Amino acid sequence: MGTGFLKRLMLVSAFLSVLLAGAMYLGISVGSTGSNFGDSMRLLLTDKSVDSVPEAIIRQIRLPRVMLAALVGAALSLGGLVFQALLRNTLAEPYILGISGGSAIGAIFGIILGFSYFPGVSIMAFTGSLATLLLLLAMSSGQAVFKKDSLLLSGVMVNAFCSAVIMLLISMTRDARLHNIIFWLMGDLSTADTGRVGILAAALLPCFILLFWLSNIMNLLLMGSDMAQTMGVNIKIVTITLLVVTSFMVSATVGSCGLVGFVGLVIPHLFRIILGPDHRILVPACVLGGGAYMVLCDLLAKILPSQGEMPAGVITAMIGAPLFIYLLKRSGR
Amino acid sequence: MNPVITITKLNYSYGKILVLKDISFQIQSSDFFIIIGPNGSGKTTLLRLLAGIISAGDGRIDVLGDYIEDYNRKVLARKIAYVPQTVPVDFPFTVSEVVLMGRAPHLGILGLEKEKDLLRAKQAMEFTELDHLADRKTSQLSGGECQRVFIARAICQETEIILLDEPTASLDLAHQTRIMDLMERLQKERGITIVMVSHDVNLAAMYGKTLLLLKEGQIVSQGKPGEVLTFQTLEAAYGCTLLVDESPLGRFPRVTPVPGRLMGVKD
Repeated sequence: MGTGFLKRLMLVSAFLSVLLAGAMYLGISVGSTGSNFGDSMRLLLTDKSVDSVPEAIIRQIRLPRVMLAALVGAALSLGGLVFQALLRNTLAEPYILGISGGSAIGAIFGIILGFSYFPGVSIMAFTGSLATLLLLLAMSSGQAVFKKDSLLLSGVMVNAFCSAVIMLLISMTRDARLHNIIFWLMGDLSTADTGRVGILAAALLPCFILLFWLSNIMNLLLMGSDMAQTMGVNIKIVTITLLVVTSFMVSATVGSCGLVGFVGLVIPHLFRIILGPDHRILVPACVLGGGAYMVLCDLLAKILPSQGEMPAGVITAMIGAPLFIYLLKRSGR
Repeated sequence: MNPVITITKLNYSYGKILVLKDISFQIQSSDFFIIIGPNGSGKTTLLRLLAGIISAGDGRIDVLGDYIEDYNRKVLARKIAYVPQTVPVDFPFTVSEVVLMGRAPHLGILGLEKEKDLLRAKQAMEFTELDHLADRKTSQLSGGECQRVFIARAICQETEIILLDEPTASLDLAHQTRIMDLMERLQKERGITIVMVSHDVNLAAMYGKTLLLLKEGQIVSQGKPGEVLTFQTLEAAYGCTLLVDESPLGRFPRVTPVPGRLMGVKD
């Protein structure tokens, strides 16, 4: 690989950056008030503000929403990729394993207690995701951690339990917060505002860099922990770092837009088929391509219903769940 | 004599079960050292301790003159390579990608390879006769080919010592000798110290320079194949009747387990 590898990395990154930029441009230009490609292009190319309604819509509603979608897509894709490497199971994904559900419980508690989005609700979401992760690892501990079925079954159970707790919390909520919780739960990106997106970006970008830095170690992890260790990897530190960073990323996305499932399954699978299993390529590909995928899913969520909108989480689940079933069936052979 | 590994008064237990008891021995430089013994005698645990995968609670292991616990993982990985019995191949890496991973201890954190590293990988694949499979996915290989890939990876790691956990288990006869020939060439041509755990006493007799026989976590016997593989020690260790004679192939013992029906035992 050597220089060949760097060339490939550049090529993949450049191509996916263009794809992401294109998707974001489309996302900014199209919306419920109609399409205005001209306005959005002019806005992107000049700083002059032309106080108009279309401009306000683009700047204050569509732009933060598209950026939120890109960040969420990147974080969830990367989360799936890391879980799959760490657990050596291509079907692992934060949503399927119940990590997202756990952080949703934390976040809902935060909302009910009346905390502000940052830091209150976010910290609660992070705590929730870590707690489910520990529960999951404890349930499938010992040698069984790496067995496909045992891990997935544990995940399904954790997820079912989380759903029950979420229902319980919802049923106990009576006032206006109920509507907030329900919409947010379904994976809704329409509440994006510039401030929140800024905080999320500041939280996620260092995670992306750290994970790229650890990408070759993820390659070594796929050879089994014994072999990775004898190739110089400090398994304990690396495992804990990856788990904590990933839970943090997942809880940050859950905190800002609720439950968006299966992105972490679809994107890493797609890129593994196209680009091969090298994580040094897959990490940047998941960040850029996952971002583009989420922006496009959100765009579909905006334009598909003839009236109003649907949450983007509905689209990702409708694409992802059938794919999961297909992969599960294929891996069983 | 020049020991590369020295083990002193080593004990190891899983919970309350003591699996290695008061083990002390040395492995000399460029030896072909084979650890044999019945199931559950602690062979694999011993190998994992030598690889630094698990650390000994009690006792001491020195690698190339230094206490193993004092090594930085990456530095240790430049001294000792390890080939586990089975390696997951769920992820579709190609043969050359896996072999190249052996360079990891010599590279920076992102593992960016230079020309020299590519050359080492190429040489390792030639040595193990894998060059024609370089771009094949490891998930499409046979068991014997897979084992050769992971040995090539260990060679690519450029260490003085290579540890192998039953590399011939589950391979057919042709692949068994092919793997063992390969290891013998590594030891003879490059002076690499080979430490291997094996179930197969006859392969151990044919290839090993030094054998270590374990039973219930203790050393029963250590020395040249002719000294260790006597019927008294083997019968004591394995608890079954064995015929030990000289192999028609050369000056090393041949071990044949005797079926119960020939012993007049009725079932």
